[in-house]
Amino acid sequence: MVKKGIGILLLAGLIGLMCFQPALAKNFKYSTSGDIMTIDPHSQNEGPNNAMKNNVYECLVHRDYNLEVEPSLAVRWEVINPTTWRFYLRKGVKFHEGEPFTADDVVFSFKRNKNSQSDMNAYLATVKEVKKIDAHTVDYITKGPDPILLQNLTAHFIMSKSWSEKHNCTEPVRGSTDEIYSTRHSNGTGPFILVERVPDTRTVLKVNPDWWNTPNKVHNLTNATFVPIANAATRVSALLTGEVDMMFPVPLQDVPRVNASPGVKAMQGPELRTIFLGFDQHRDELLDMPGSGKNPFKDVRVRKAFYQAINIEAIHKKVMRKASTPSGMMIAPGIIGWNEELYKRFPYDPEASKKLLAEAGYPDGFSITFDCPNDRYVNDEAICQAVVPMLARIGIKATLNAQTKGLHFDKIGLKQGNNTSFYMLGWTPGTYDGLNPLVNLMTVDGQGHGTWNCGKYTNPRVEELTKMLAVEVNAEKRAKMMYEAHKIHREDFGHIPLHQQALAWGVRDYVDIKQPANDSVWLRYVNITK
Amino acid sequence: MIAFFIRRCIQVVIVMLTVGLIAFSLFTYVGDPVSNMVGVDTTTEERLAIYEKLGLNDPFYVQYWHYLGRVVRGQFGTSFRLGVSVTELFRERLPATLELSAVAALFALLFGIPLGVYTGLHREGWASRLILTLSLIGISLPTFLIGILMIFLFGVILGWLPSFGRGDVVQLGFWSTGFLTISGLKSLIMPSVTLGMFQMTLILRLVRSEMLEVLRTDYIKFARARGLSNRAVNFSHALKNTLVPVITITGLQLGGIIAFAIITETVFQWPGMGLLFVQAVSFVDIPVMSAYLMLVAFFFVLINLIVDMLYYLVDPRLRLERGAAGGHG
Repeated sequence: MVKKGIGILLLAGLIGLMCFQPALAKNFKYSTSGDIMTIDPHSQNEGPNNAMKNNVYECLVHRDYNLEVEPSLAVRWEVINPTTWRFYLRKGVKFHEGEPFTADDVVFSFKRNKNSQSDMNAYLATVKEVKKIDAHTVDYITKGPDPILLQNLTAHFIMSKSWSEKHNCTEPVRGSTDEIYSTRHSNGTGPFILVERVPDTRTVLKVNPDWWNTPNKVHNLTNATFVPIANAATRVSALLTGEVDMMFPVPLQDVPRVNASPGVKAMQGPELRTIFLGFDQHRDELLDMPGSGKNPFKDVRVRKAFYQAINIEAIHKKVMRKASTPSGMMIAPGIIGWNEELYKRFPYDPEASKKLLAEAGYPDGFSITFDCPNDRYVNDEAICQAVVPMLARIGIKATLNAQTKGLHFDKIGLKQGNNTSFYMLGWTPGTYDGLNPLVNLMTVDGQGHGTWNCGKYTNPRVEELTKMLAVEVNAEKRAKMMYEAHKIHREDFGHIPLHQQALAWGVRDYVDIKQPANDSVWLRYVNITK
Repeated sequence: MIAFFIRRCIQVVIVMLTVGLIAFSLFTYVGDPVSNMVGVDTTTEERLAIYEKLGLNDPFYVQYWHYLGRVVRGQFGTSFRLGVSVTELFRERLPATLELSAVAALFALLFGIPLGVYTGLHREGWASRLILTLSLIGISLPTFLIGILMIFLFGVILGWLPSFGRGDVVQLGFWSTGFLTISGLKSLIMPSVTLGMFQMTLILRLVRSEMLEVLRTDYIKFARARGLSNRAVNFSHALKNTLVPVITITGLQLGGIIAFAIITETVFQWPGMGLLFVQAVSFVDIPVMSAYLMLVAFFFVLINLIVDMLYYLVDPRLRLERGAAGGHG
């Protein structure tokens, strides 16, 4: 009798405990198709990786969900002279393992981030040196006037010098030598602490109760788990059953189903990535026309003909199921330098295209190979498959060569010497500034220029403007130069911008999350309302 | 006997070297790992420096020689994608695949053999015909479709079983097992059924046709004539004789299950070797791909070696030939 009584009491206690727990613990489980590669903030420069870093580590300045820059580990700053920025660091900040945050950590992180093995060093390309002035003041010395230093510093994460020295990871690795301690362990100042990282299985985080900005925190989580689920159908099922609270991307054809299912909804919004098509404009003889001695893409009329043959509305409605924003510019709204006038596309006019081709000397068209990835952008192969008959209508016989992203980038990129005539590519400027695509996609002159300018488009005035933009600090002058450069490129038909693809996040009803246009899941903006 | 064993071992080594060479030379044609490792902003000079550092500029026989040297010392390199040593990755993932494959093989045997016996004994019954028709579906539907349909039915609609992952696992030394937790066992059900479905249908039909064959033989007729019970005839005599080819086939198929759990693991996000391989291929993670192919080749070759040795032990004719060649007067 007594035993039974105790048994019942224990059972009640256990049930009580189990019911009590969920009310206190706010867990958030989310998923996407690929895992992050490392938790070392200076190792990989890749979207989902960068998003995860923002949960655990912090920078001197922070980009919020509207992509605006705000103070973070630096409370204020001033430009002392055109090449020196002085940052006043926040006091009383601690790393997760207790070390105080000081100027030494900033100087150390700068050196580590600049290391040749770091994939993030492009963000600090313009910074020559970081000097410690006192325990809470540092000077960033740039090579020349740098108007976008703050934009770049939102990706310059601060690590603890003493922790890195203790664990022998003072230099980052690029995955070619043995793993170092910071690949799977972390010690940052951010709102979440890494509890466990099992590659390809899960990454578990818990809230940092000593975070310096806790009084202003927006989220209400206590724990978070990130699990990669590669198969799209399985991922959607996991969302529908509630095994994950949020997942992305939702395949376009599943968006109506997700919206119709009880307890879930699909959040859609524009992304900053612009998808575009490019031409080989530098070879004297096009690879696809051996022996002819001709390259039709060198003629602006041919490029314009291609542009006007593409029915972007049809692609928007049928291929992208309205989850895209047709674009006439290489950058998206939200990027510095975006301009409404330049964003409007030229009209769809296949008859005019045929006339232009005839004028340029190709009344019967010609044949080309069209290179396309099939697993990188939203419906990338489907878009290319839609473009092929549009080109056929004006007499261009395009043979589609769609392949996995590794092989595609290999072919159109530097490894194979830009082995392409006509290709698709997508781009998000890592600095959220219109200079970035000018440097990477639209110029060839200079060290580090044109890495992804696979057709080698070039215009002397655009080259000149790009160099001037790199050192112009006056915002108004910059805006004028940016406008001119992008306008020349647009009238040159240097590339064919197609659209910004849309983000589609699947969330359960009790999840309140902010969706920034760079497709990043930042835990500090998640609220569980159950 | 020893000479036979040594000859077979030499063949094993030759096969492994050839597989390694072929696998390795394939990789010079498979994508650019550097594009996947670095961000879009990396400059041209830095990319070229990375090619140099990873040794990707050396001719392939030089790369292969370096690779062999490392393999012999047990170093398979570090994954380009995860920055973790390949041997450690395999050690973490192998238990998942082996457990899944073992349960799938068990499912195939436990259902395949009894169903095969039943359909063999009751050839014309409606139940037999139904089982055989359904088994045709098992063979003709692709694995991933079966997997997705099961997730939809048992996960989303009925909500009985988890739709992905391995559940909670218990770590015993380096082996992580899902057998000791309820969620682990529940997670095993759908993937192992999906993986074992094809083998089960194979075994079912094999056992059935073998049973039909054996039941026509003389010794079975004589056993019935002598008055032995049905159970004795069917199970002690007929079934035993059907099992020899079944065991051979199952043994060989086991290698296939382990190596090609790829699709099932991808559908169920099962953290095993198959999923690792698929991800390595998309990412052009050369160290993982080459180590995986060597491992799979090794499994197949090992199983074949064991089967050959078993034949030698079991089949007296092989042994006698040896004796004759030895030169007895």
